[in-house]
This record gives sequence, C-alpha cells and structure tokens, in this order.
Amino acid sequence: MQTFGWPEALFILRSAGWTLALTAIAFFIGGAIGGVFAIMRLSRIRWLRRFAAGYILVIQSIPVLMVLFMSYYGLSALGIELPPFLAASASLSIYVSAYLAEIWRGSIESVPRQQWEASASLAHTTAQTYRHVILPQAIRISLPPTVGFLVQLVKNTSIVQVVGFVDLMRAGMLVNNATYQAFQIFTLVGAIYFAICFPLSRLSRHLEKVMNASRSH
Amino acid sequence: MLFQDVFSKWPMILNGVWLTIVLSFVAIGLGLVLATALTALRSLAGSWAGYIVDAYVELMRNTPFLVQLFMIFFGLPQIGIRLNGLEASLLAMTLNLAAYATEIIRAGVDSIHKSQIEAGLALAMTRWQVLKHVVLQPAFARVWPALSSQFVLMMLASSICSFVSVQELSGTAAIIEQDTFRSFETYIVVTVLYLVLALSFKLFLNWLGRKLFPQVSGLARLTEAHGEAA
Repeated sequence: MQTFGWPEALFILRSAGWTLALTAIAFFIGGAIGGVFAIMRLSRIRWLRRFAAGYILVIQSIPVLMVLFMSYYGLSALGIELPPFLAASASLSIYVSAYLAEIWRGSIESVPRQQWEASASLAHTTAQTYRHVILPQAIRISLPPTVGFLVQLVKNTSIVQVVGFVDLMRAGMLVNNATYQAFQIFTLVGAIYFAICFPLSRLSRHLEKVMNASRSH
Repeated sequence: MLFQDVFSKWPMILNGVWLTIVLSFVAIGLGLVLATALTALRSLAGSWAGYIVDAYVELMRNTPFLVQLFMIFFGLPQIGIRLNGLEASLLAMTLNLAAYATEIIRAGVDSIHKSQIEAGLALAMTRWQVLKHVVLQPAFARVWPALSSQFVLMMLASSICSFVSVQELSGTAAIIEQDTFRSFETYIVVTVLYLVLALSFKLFLNWLGRKLFPQVSGLARLTEAHGEAA
C-alpha cells in the first residue's frame, strides 16, 4: 500500500493552484454578472428591479451544490455536456454573482443620497453619475465585505470535487483513497485552505477598520 | 420532461426533507449552546481561554466545511473514534455553526454598554440576572438577524453531508437520479424544495425572533432608526 509522503504532499500542493484558478475565474465572471445585477436591482424600471431581486433571492436560497448538479448532471441529461471545469466555473460564477450583487447593492445604497442629487444638478446622466460619483465611493465601501466573501468562495470551491474536477479537495481525497491516512492528509488540505483564507480574512477586517476610521471624521 | 418518475418517489423525498430539517435544527440548537458557552468563556475566563476560543473560531471560519466533515468522518477513526455519517455530519455542522455564532454573539455582547451592566447591578440584580436580562437577551435580540441568515446558510450547507452518504435532501436526490435516470427533473424538484425550505426557515426565524425578543427587538429597531438619523 502507498503511504503519504512527499510526492503525495506535492501533488496536493500543486492542486491548490486549480482551487485558486477556479476562485479567480468565478470571482471575475461572477463579479461582472453581479455588478450588472446590483445596478439592475437599483434601477428605476420596476420589472428590472424585481427580476434582479428574484434572481438574488433564488440563488441565495439554494445550495451551491444543487447549482453544480444541475449544470453538470442536469444539463447532460438534456444533451448539453459540460466538461467538469466548465460546469464548476459556471455554477460558482452564478453563486458569486448573487452574493456580490447583494453586497454591492448595499454599498451603492450607502453612498449618501446628496451625492446623487449633486451629480444630477451637474446634469450628469445616470451612467455618468455611476461612473464619476457613485462607483468610486461605493467601491471603497464594498471592499471589506467583498474580500470577506472571497473567503467564502475559496471554501466553497471545495465542493466541485464531486463532478470529478481535481482541485485541492479532490487531490486530498484521491491521496486518501490510496493511502488511508486521512488525518494527516486532511490536516494538510485544511492547512492549505487556511493559508489562503486566513490572510484574506485579516485583510477584510483590516480594511473594515481603515474604512471606519476614515468615515468617523 | 417526465416529472412523474420523480414524484412517484415522494416518500423518499419527504424523508430527505425531514432529515435536512432535523439535522439543521439539532445543529442549530447544539451550536448555539456551544457558541454561548464559548462567548462566556472568552469574556469571563483568563486571556489564554480567550486565545483558544479565538483560534478555534478562526480555524473553523477559514477552512471549508467539507474538510471539517472529512476530518471527522475519515480522520477521527484513525485515532479510534468511529462515527457514522449522520453522527459525523451532526458534529461537523455543530462545530462549524458554533464558530460563526460565537463571532456573531460576541459582536452583540460587545455592543452592550458597560454602564448598562453597572445600572443592572445598581438595581440589586444578581450577576446571573444581569447576564441574562441585561447582557444576553439584548445581545441576542440585536444579532438575531445575523444569526438567522447564518442558520439558513447552515441548512443549505447541510447538502454537503450527502458526501458522507447521509440521506438528507441532496443525498436522496442522488439516489433518485440513479434509480430513474431523470437527473434534470430530480434536481429541479430538489432545488425547488431547498428554495421552499430556505424561505420557510427565514419566515420561521423572523417570527421566532419577534416571539423571543418582543420588547427588546422593538427597542433595538428604535435605537437603530435613531442612530441612522443622527
């Protein structure tokens, strides 16, 4: 029987790269979609607002695992076969978009109302108001919760192992199946996740403190 | 699309829903008790106890639930503690929820002003009465919304317990899918059920919050509105 040694540890460590890649892809694609939904959620047009609110509510109320199952097993039953990496990226992006939309909506709303009025009185269009007045302030406000959410995302990538994509978690399981030294293996896997997530958590908390300090002036 | 194949398995599905509800509520109950104890330990005991609680909270919050579950299910037998899937899931959910709840409850306790406690003592309340009526009750009332959303997240995360072959809702889905080969229909039905569960959880928790903290929550809303206006 194989034992848990350096080659296995290196294999696990290398797979962490895929976890990071998946996180980055889901964050950027999900962020782009989430940004659109955040602005739709605040639109003056009622049905756009409702549609965005409904989307956010539904995605936030179902497990990411179900989104993943639907895009991998569900779609393949309908004849659309996505490779594991694509199914994983797509479902994580959908998950990210709903949460970031809600976080960013909150950030945009917390920009004082007077800023909108001031911008309107300068004859800015809605697009110009967002671009030059609201977003620069909203982005600052949104930084701490966005980084905090990134931690949730990194952790949630661990479920994609179920469709056979070899990320950090799957690598750990593969080694476990070969060596049965679960305690050591999952300690290592957990430690790598921790090494990614903990600095992000601290950064989020630090940003929050900096923001609060600047707002109390 | 053939939903009748899936619907014909309704007793199984109902069982899955029930197990998801039971798992969630038992984990929420145990997790809350543990979290309250950890919060008390952090504020009452010496600084070393505080460090241990902090380390526990950070460790749980910065590693995936799946790793925690596998550590308990596959890792613990190596040191002689053998748990079945259900027990491992319950333990993992409780430990995970407790860490998040500790962090949330601490924020609530921190928001109680020191003068409130002094006022309570000045009214000849015992330390226990002060802890219950002046610190914990208002603190819980204030953080109840945050706790509620954490509970809903935990219910959704319980779907991961299917990985250690627990027959809760998503575990049931996998079995029905294998039996009927109707994956799309199965997952649609189960997803809708999760949606219904999550929304019912939210409504129930809101109602529970109003029942548990009637005066305090009104007061909190009042001070919150006041704070926003200022």
